[in-house]
Amino acid sequence: MKLFIKFDINTICSLYLKQNLEQQNINFTSLGFGEIEIDDNFDADALETLKSNLSPHGFEVVENQKSVLVQKIKDAIIELVFMEDSNNYKSSVFLAEKLNHSYGYLSNIFSEVTYSSIENFIILQKIERAKQLIIINEMSLTEIAFLLNYSSVAHLSTQFKNTTGITPSAFQRIIKKRRENLK
Amino acid sequence: MQKNALNILLADDDEDDRLFFKDAFEEIKIQTNVEFVHDGMQLMEHLMDFDNKLPDILFLDLNMPKKTGKECLIEIKKAEHLKNIIIAIYSTSSSEDDIEDTFIQGANIYIKKPSDFNTLKKIINEVVTVNWHYHTSGLNRDNFLLRLK
Repeated sequence: MKLFIKFDINTICSLYLKQNLEQQNINFTSLGFGEIEIDDNFDADALETLKSNLSPHGFEVVENQKSVLVQKIKDAIIELVFMEDSNNYKSSVFLAEKLNHSYGYLSNIFSEVTYSSIENFIILQKIERAKQLIIINEMSLTEIAFLLNYSSVAHLSTQFKNTTGITPSAFQRIIKKRRENLK
Repeated sequence: MQKNALNILLADDDEDDRLFFKDAFEEIKIQTNVEFVHDGMQLMEHLMDFDNKLPDILFLDLNMPKKTGKECLIEIKKAEHLKNIIIAIYSTSSSEDDIEDTFIQGANIYIKKPSDFNTLKKIINEVVTVNWHYHTSGLNRDNFLLRLK
């Protein structure tokens, strides 16, 4: 007897991938079309293990090189902004040396992927750090301005206002009241 | 920029404002799904219905019939499954008290409704970009306050 079997590749692959990941005890959510979201935080080693476990079964983890580079740029910027002696570095030089690409190249890729510039991202991160320091409330605005390499308090306040639309003191007041409100 | 389109929900009772808003989202580079509700009651029903996908950003008009934007904001921030939604107040009011009060109640963004289309497009672009940075770069959402005029 001959039977004709029609198969749906997508269903088969999804099921097979699911079994495979379950065997590896990985918690994940399937987002469809070969995209999965891993629930746990994966470090680089765990990701390598996952990749090498999947590849004999014909699965390959696709990585977009540009997105990977953008993530590295972001990580480097965050490192720079949170460094104690960040005043000693010029960000463009720091990034170029750290990532081994010219600043122009990094800058283009970053804008292409995120639709915003490296400069904007640095400002965003510096203001983020300023917010944290303001909330901790152990340093004066003058000290924060100096730590984050602003020429003056006015410069920090202006950039804070331009980035968030509110002044540092209004920010401090709002967060304080919001916390009291939650109690 | 990202594979999945960003889910946007606008709660606004004014039809012109909704259309204006929809057109602006269609013209920006970032992919979005934009949905609408017409009043505060409908908004809360939408959010409480687990069949609906929760929005990544909720744009909330303050002055709405049946239930005001502020009442909705307070309810949302009290609901465990909703409290992490990024909320952008989208209002004609530019009273400093309104602004500060909604921030204290947990809003992340305050937008004064612009009167021209290009300003709206610019504002929406900025909201979506900054929101994406918060989403992907480990920024603390509790400190996410943004006021746009």
